[in-house]
Formats: sequence, structure tokens, C-alpha cells
Amino acid sequence: MKLKFVYLFFFGMALYLGLNSFVENNPYFIITTKDVEVKVPAGFPKPVYDFKENKVTPEGFVLGRKLFYDPILSADSSVSCAFCHQRIAAFAHIDHTLSHGINGLIGNRNVPPLQNLIWQQNFMWDGAINHLEVQPLAPLTNSQEMGESLKHTLEKLQRNKTYVDDFYAVFKDTAITSENLLKALAQFTSLMISANSKFDKYQRGEEEFTEHELSGLKLFRAHCENCHKEPLFTDNTFRNIGIKPDTALRDSGRIKLTGVVDDYMKFKVPGLRNVAMTYPYMHDGRFRTLQQVLKHYADGVFYTNYDKSIEKNVGLTNQEQSDIITFLKTLTDEQFLHDRRFADPNFR
Amino acid sequence: MSQVKLVMRFVICIAVLSTAGSFTEPVEKAKLNIRIEHFAGPQRLSLDSVEYKNALGQTFTVSRFRYYLSNVILKNTDGAEFQSPDYFLVDEAEPDSKLITIKGIPVGNYSSISFTIGVDSLHNCSGAQSGALDPVNGMFWTWSTGYIFLKLEGHADASTSPGHIFEYHIGGYAAPNNCIRRVTLNFKKKGIGIANDKTDELPLKADILEIFKPPTNIDFSKLSSVTDFHNATTIANNYEDMFTINADE
Repeated sequence: MKLKFVYLFFFGMALYLGLNSFVENNPYFIITTKDVEVKVPAGFPKPVYDFKENKVTPEGFVLGRKLFYDPILSADSSVSCAFCHQRIAAFAHIDHTLSHGINGLIGNRNVPPLQNLIWQQNFMWDGAINHLEVQPLAPLTNSQEMGESLKHTLEKLQRNKTYVDDFYAVFKDTAITSENLLKALAQFTSLMISANSKFDKYQRGEEEFTEHELSGLKLFRAHCENCHKEPLFTDNTFRNIGIKPDTALRDSGRIKLTGVVDDYMKFKVPGLRNVAMTYPYMHDGRFRTLQQVLKHYADGVFYTNYDKSIEKNVGLTNQEQSDIITFLKTLTDEQFLHDRRFADPNFR
Repeated sequence: MSQVKLVMRFVICIAVLSTAGSFTEPVEKAKLNIRIEHFAGPQRLSLDSVEYKNALGQTFTVSRFRYYLSNVILKNTDGAEFQSPDYFLVDEAEPDSKLITIKGIPVGNYSSISFTIGVDSLHNCSGAQSGALDPVNGMFWTWSTGYIFLKLEGHADASTSPGHIFEYHIGGYAAPNNCIRRVTLNFKKKGIGIANDKTDELPLKADILEIFKPPTNIDFSKLSSVTDFHNATTIANNYEDMFTINADE
């Protein structure tokens, strides 16, 4: 009887150690120099982000990934970046209309996906952040998100010997500075590039579109392309698409930032890659499905000083709306959604 | 004997080489120390303890006063300019921060100094930075990218903010809320000579009462909190002229 427990104990230990070394030496998690090469996809513009001051290295990328998945960054170690930015949703948050944070707090806006960030001139629904590297400071210090101060974050990391070693390996500095913390995170997020969807393969002549996908593409180019410009499917502008202001949320968009009256209810035109995976939609997550989004444009009930260019979408038939959605689904990039480089390294 | 000769030759060699060296770099570089003192009218600023009056006669105390000083340009009497690449965070509570050293100035006679109160737009858009521009210094807006150029906080009975505090956090690098302000001060007489054998000192004075004076008189009961673009340029226009060269020194 006693012996049985001893056997079980040793068996458990062996299993644990075996699994541990399996994870540590697993090629799935190993990042090579080749893995961190920045390749600008054919047809994409020159990136906005300048890698000259922050060259991506395997060690830097791995450190950025570790930080991204580590709840140590939040005030009570409960929320990591990945808590809201789920890999399976192109780093948006499936089914959450508004962001969730520490202490069960609910934020003010829908979590945007993280993809093709190096082509963005600014970040956030209102463009409040002007550089990829300083972007993480916003959720980090927001009381409804990670609720932590930058100073205390650095102190916590500095107390952790593994992080001190990790930072030293990348930046050759025993002091963990905000600059290096932000640059490590940027090394990770800058490589989140989605450019291999069915649409891309169709463009390259590698795959055929169905009749409905083709019809959807034509309709998309006629009706949506004005703002959702290929290949990033955004023109990086801010627009008012006439959705009804929410009197409870009282989010008036970019005007809050600029004070310019014309910016009332203007929000960033989101890129539509992987859009089928990033539901719900809009800055406040008010639309659960793409059908609801298309219906908004087709119905033509628009509020307050909206962008007149959306008027041409009024009256899109059910079939046309359906075809556009069929096309939008071809923007799902399975390779990006399952890219091993972005997987949680802590799962063991 | 031959050893002495060798040594002599060596010495001559060094002498010749060092003269040659100075030919390749004809401009000698020197330093200038800028010593900043904060005043409230005629008195030296004292945090928390002393009450001052704004132009409307409302009393107040100051608990925090810090600002960025950058892009220092020295103009010499021939019209040539030298620009320092350094950024400085001046803080009333940190005595060391009030002594700024401008390095690498070509030796010469200088007629004026100019500098920015705040941070230029390029460095508001440059991502993660270190030193004075490290966001950890608490002079950076994390929710809307940009440096806080100047922070003045304190207590005024007339203020309607909770605790009767007032806080002016001034920043903004883009139109129409651009708060970048440039100060130019001319040196008296023939200008100051900056030589390489000694470190010159320039005494600067910043009078915080100017922050409450026209162009716009600040009434604490009407404007006790500025923490984004609202009214930011009003305060920036007021503090634009708070610096003088301290002639008493």
C-alpha cells in the first residue's frame, strides 16, 4: 500500500520534469534569428515604425513575449496584456464589449486587435497615442485596466532576478529602465504582422475566390474601400459613421483629445484584417455581429454630423450585405492566428 | 646619456603631435553653468510654507514647481549659434536640478541665450526615451502621448477644487493647443565671454507670479485645474515671460 504511493510520487516527479524539459526545449517556443526577421509583405507600404533604434533580436522578442503574458505588470498581478489581447482573436478580446481590468473593473472602450501595428501612425480609438513604444503605458497606468505606475512596475521587475538577467541579456544593462521595458514590448508587438489571409492568397493568384466572395470583393471596393483602404484596410483617419451616441458611456471620441468641434464622435477607421475574429465591433462593442454592422450602414439611420461618404451604403440589399461579409471572412489569416511565435510561453 | 636623448626625443615628439592635434580641432569647447532661482515676486520661492498673492490678491502656497528646459541656443556676437542637444527637468524640490551645465560650447563672446520651456514636437513623438525624458519622471501623459512641459501645484483658499488645491499641468505640442514656448534673453553690455579655462555662470530667475499675470489674470475660483488642453495655452502664454537674467547676482 505504502509502496504504491512512493511509485506514484516518483512517477509524478518524472512526468513533471519530463514535461518541464519538453516545454523548455520545445522548438515550438524557441525563437531564432530567422523568426525575428521583419519582412514587409508584398504590396504593403514602408512601415511607420523605425527599427533602427530598436533592432529586433530573438532575446528581445522572447523578453517582450514574456512581459506581454506576465500579469506582474498589473497592480495586483491579476491582469496581463494578453488578458485583453487574446491571440485567437488577433489579439482583440472576444465577446467583451468593453475592456476588463483589475478588480473586475470595466473600461470605456472595446479592445482593438493587435496586428500590423508598425504601419499605424497612432494608436487607440481616438489616436491618443503617437508611437508604438509608448502605447503600453496607457493600459498599464489606466486605473480601469492594469492600474499600475510605471515606477512601481520597474521596481517589481528589478526585484526579480530572472528579469534582471533577461534584460541584461538583451540591453546589456543591469538596471531595468522604462526605455528598455517599452522597447522589449515593441520588439514583440512589432512582429504581429497579418498578411497571409485567403484574400492575400487570392491576390497572389494562389487561391480562387467563390462566386459570393468575388461579388463581396467588388461590393467592398465600391462601398467600403473609401475608408477601409487595402492592403491594411484602413486609411488611418478618424471618422464619424453616424452611430448613436451612448448617453451612459458619454464617449464623444476624438474631440476629447483635440477640442476641435469637427472631431465630435470621430473614431479611428479600424483595419479589417481578421475582422471575423474580433467581434464585437465599434469603439464600444455595440454590434455583436458583422451582420449588425452592415445593417447599420444599409439602414441609413445616422446621427450627428456624420461622414457623408457612408451614404452610398444606404440600401445595400440583404444579399449584397451577405456577400460583403463573405468577403470579409477571407481576411481571416489562419497563419497569423496560429503563429507559434506569439503563443503563451507560460503554458505548462 | 643616450637614454636622456631618447627621452628628449620622445618629449619633442609628443609636443609636436599635440600641436598637430590642436590644428585638426581648432575650436575649443567650454562649459556654461546656468544657475536657476525661483522667485515669487521679490521673495525666493519656498515650497508649502510661505503664502503668496496673485495679481487679484488671492493668497496661495506652492507645493510643486517643475518644468522642462530644452533646446538651449547661445548666439555669439558674430551671429553664429550653438545649440545644446540636452534636455533638462528643473524641479524646485531638487536643488541639483537648478544648476544646468551646457557643454561643448565653442569658446567665444556670446550676446544672447534662448531656450524652450517644454519639449519640442519631435521629442514628443519619439517613443521610449531616457534621462530627463524618461516617462518615469512623471512629466509624461500616458493616456494621450506627450510631455507635461510645466507643473505648478499648490493650495489656494479661493480654489473650488476639492481640498482647495490648484494644479496646472501644461503640455501639448500640436496646433491648436501648442504650448511650446520659447524664451530669448539678451546679455547686457558686450555679452559674456565663454572661455575654456573656467566655467562661466549665468544666473537665471523664474518668477512664478508671472504665471498668474496678464495676458490673462488667473482667478483661482475660476481656473484651479488645467490638466489637458483646456486652457493650457492660456497658462503657457502667461509663463512665457517668467524668466529674466538675475541682475542682482
